[in-house]
Amino acid sequence: MHIHFLDPYRPRTSPVHALDPRVKLVLTLAYILTAALTPIAAWPVYILLFSIILSVEILSGLGVGFVLKRAALSLPFVLAALPVIFTNGGKALFSLPIGSWTLTVYAEGLGRFFSVALKSWLSVQAAIVLASSTPFPDLLQAMRAIRIPRLLVAIFGLMWRYLFVLVDEALRLMRARAARSGVIAETGHRSGGSVTWRAHVAGGMAGTLFLRAFDRSERIYLAMVSRGYDGEIRVLPMAAVGSLSWLVLGLGLFLLILLLLFGFFWG
Amino acid sequence: MHIPDGFLSTLVSVFLWIISAGVVACALRHLEKDLGERQVPLMGVLAAAIFAGQMLNFSVTGGTSGHLLGAALATILLGPWAAIIIMTSVVSIQALIFQDGGLLALGANLFNMAVIGVTVSYFVYTSIQKLARGKSGGIFVGGAAAAWFSIVIASLACALELALSGTSPANISVPAMGGIHMIIGIGEGLITVGALAFLYAARRDLLHLGQAAPQGGKAVWVGGLLIAGLLAVLSPLASAHPDGLEWVAEQKGFLDAARAPLYQIIPDYAFPGISNAALATIVAGILGMLLVFGVALSVAYMQRSKKA
Repeated sequence: MHIHFLDPYRPRTSPVHALDPRVKLVLTLAYILTAALTPIAAWPVYILLFSIILSVEILSGLGVGFVLKRAALSLPFVLAALPVIFTNGGKALFSLPIGSWTLTVYAEGLGRFFSVALKSWLSVQAAIVLASSTPFPDLLQAMRAIRIPRLLVAIFGLMWRYLFVLVDEALRLMRARAARSGVIAETGHRSGGSVTWRAHVAGGMAGTLFLRAFDRSERIYLAMVSRGYDGEIRVLPMAAVGSLSWLVLGLGLFLLILLLLFGFFWG
Repeated sequence: MHIPDGFLSTLVSVFLWIISAGVVACALRHLEKDLGERQVPLMGVLAAAIFAGQMLNFSVTGGTSGHLLGAALATILLGPWAAIIIMTSVVSIQALIFQDGGLLALGANLFNMAVIGVTVSYFVYTSIQKLARGKSGGIFVGGAAAAWFSIVIASLACALELALSGTSPANISVPAMGGIHMIIGIGEGLITVGALAFLYAARRDLLHLGQAAPQGGKAVWVGGLLIAGLLAVLSPLASAHPDGLEWVAEQKGFLDAARAPLYQIIPDYAFPGISNAALATIVAGILGMLLVFGVALSVAYMQRSKKA
């Protein structure tokens, strides 16, 4: 096993990394919920929310640039909200004549669009900080602590364990294809075969991957049984949440509730 | 099709969270009965396989490429309940670790990709299987149709959710999302058929695995029929009469509830001395901004001086 390029965890020694994963998970969810509940166009609240996550990013030692770069990956979805600028009623700001069409920009629509974009940008940063500062096994235990079904958490855990194995498997399949047949279009090169042929090849690879995974799961199951597996995944219990962690949790939730109230008076 | 956080109103997110959680709990119960202790390794590894399988792409033209999503393939090979759990694992890990889709929006993403994707696949595939009367062609035609429909119906659901949240008007989002996914669905269909053809040649016994555990299959079939029918009828209606969806929602009185943050429902909210209050809020906002930016700056400064 090697440290995989997919694993988002970045080990650092920071207070954010050291915080109890259960507290971190709850605070992240509360932060995202706060962003969702904040009314449209409550700009000061958005700025405050941004300054909170910015502080956490700096405190975590992950680097603001690292988080913002990752956050940018989720921005293209904003396109889905773009039409709302031109269709939402209310005060018309100005009109753009495009050929025989006129696009009217509405103030309310513009506010809604930027609110949606900001909310999504803030939420994704919180999720990135959580994933980058918490090792996955800790996250699994945190999920157990917030009462996600035991079976589902066990399946998540096993999926995580074999994710990298199977991603490597998929990459090997793709390397084999690149060496032998229709290379995914590089500039200047044409791919081999017709589109349906290429799709058929990709399908064969998916089938191969499935078959190998299926066989592998049988072997894993037998290996688990031979080591005493009886349907229960046993993990060491986590230590009780420390008083400092409770304090951080209480303060964090208090701050978020204050922000919500502030948004309520604003909106 | 992974909706990030911020795009759905809180009411729509919470509502879909509850539905998805219910379906997943039901699927877990069925699986425990069918597979017992075997299910943890089987589901975990196959979820990892679907995740990895989504990397397998093929070039279409120019820079674009098609890739597998896998709901239909998982449903055909393993049956609806197992497929729901596998897709739930895939979509949840994508949201939690790779920020592909939001956490509050996870309920909606699970509903679109795990619940709708799987039930619609199951409905289409078993119906065509029945029509084909056991001929092997039924596997491939059924697989292609199941893949295509699962993608397109799920994208319609996604568009309607965005429209209900007031994020994207139905008359634009439905044709746009539906249109794009009608094309993406063809790629999904082709790959699914390719995978089924490979498995048909290599391990024909596996192709009947999905039908080996048909407990509760009837309910899934009916669910798939209802979802597919409802969305197929509702979305053209919503996009042809852009206000139609809003009209229905308004009649039911839940559009405002869906759009507004929860606490804005509080009626007759009045603030005494509104102009002063507005001014006070602005001042408080500016002060708060300065304060928290100050905190952020001093944290940064402390970090730097610690390193130096």
